[in-house]
Amino acid sequence: MPAHLKVLALVGFMLVVVATPREWFAAYAFFLAALVTVGAVGRVRPGWVLKRMLVETPFVVFAVLMPFISHGPRVEVLGLSLSESGLLSAWGLLAKGTLGVIAGLLLAATTTPQELVHGLERLRLPQQLVQIMAFMVRYLEVVTDEMRRMAVARASRGFVARNPLHWPVLARSVGALFIRSFERGERVHLAMVSRGYTGRMPR
Amino acid sequence: MHVPDGFLDAPTSIATGAVAVVAVGVALRGARRELDDKTAPLAGLVAAFVFATQMLNFPVGAGTSGHLMGGALAAVLVGPWTGVLCVSVVLIVQSLLFADGGITALGTNILLMAVTTVVVGWFVSRVLIKLLPKRVGLVAPAAAIGAFVSVPAAASVFTALYAIGGTADISLTTLATAMLGWHTLIGLGEGVITFLAVGAILSVRPDLVYAARGVIAERDLVIKAKEAVA
Repeated sequence: MPAHLKVLALVGFMLVVVATPREWFAAYAFFLAALVTVGAVGRVRPGWVLKRMLVETPFVVFAVLMPFISHGPRVEVLGLSLSESGLLSAWGLLAKGTLGVIAGLLLAATTTPQELVHGLERLRLPQQLVQIMAFMVRYLEVVTDEMRRMAVARASRGFVARNPLHWPVLARSVGALFIRSFERGERVHLAMVSRGYTGRMPR
Repeated sequence: MHVPDGFLDAPTSIATGAVAVVAVGVALRGARRELDDKTAPLAGLVAAFVFATQMLNFPVGAGTSGHLMGGALAAVLVGPWTGVLCVSVVLIVQSLLFADGGITALGTNILLMAVTTVVVGWFVSRVLIKLLPKRVGLVAPAAAIGAFVSVPAAASVFTALYAIGGTADISLTTLATAMLGWHTLIGLGEGVITFLAVGAILSVRPDLVYAARGVIAERDLVIKAKEAVA
């Protein structure tokens, strides 16, 4: 399936999910079933998705707090006094957020970054934005590798970041990373211009 | 922290999406002046840099750590328009390839983290650089204050959006106090790290710091006598 259709499907699906009232519990079961079907058809390994669902953690903590900080009528659950509307809100947040993460991960699992960039181009994203994204995706690995090398260099000199007193060292690494990234950007640009780059990628 | 799907209702999400589209469009125009034809490769590399920096953990103590958001840092380093573009691209890639931040909340996230932090951070540090004496050493503190203000500013925009289209049932005052209090602390960290990082870059390649350009242009070339150097 072409990437641009997948992105459109994702946006459409999530808009429907977000607009569904949180009291319609059956609808959410249906949404989840739809995602599981898509994942099965696309042969996405469940373990891969579950591991990456960790990005949701901070938000889950927030949702868990909801029943405690919301107001309104309260119910007793396992000896805790919880807000009824808070429980409902927490359920709504968790259900919608989780469906969003699963749907997004299914897109990521079945689409390469290059396909995604081409898909967004077909969706008429401005040419310049698409190009910035293409360059970012292409050099992401290079830049994160550079950062990993700096981390290895710090560690091999016995550096362990423990508290804010160590921030200056880390911040200097951020500075060095910026200078290296910027200079690499200049070199890449000059190398491309000397090979006839006019501001558009050839197909 | 990225806003996930379902936190704000559908109409608000669509509205913030529309605002984000307009803002990115304006930034695309403005960025041409900042980077001319080098825009795409350079902005792409800066976006990769912002993404990488967000993975670097700064220990806060007691086993917890935080990371830089980088909006104000990007604004000070490459200019506001390019900064908005870079952070927006980072958010789009995070949402589509890492499911970090919901796809329907993408407009909200761009509005909060790309537009608000970059614009507020840029504006505050710009005003300070104009007001303070023209010394290169004062650029980093100005950037730090910009970064510090930018985080609670984004938190207040979020609270305002929540007041319009929030789906959870919490009283606004609770949310506003929690958001502002918490993000003032985060802003402190953001300010300190931005100060240190901008200072490090200024001492090595001051010409690369966009916000320092005016200050450096006014600096006179000083030729020191040999004895003075030795």
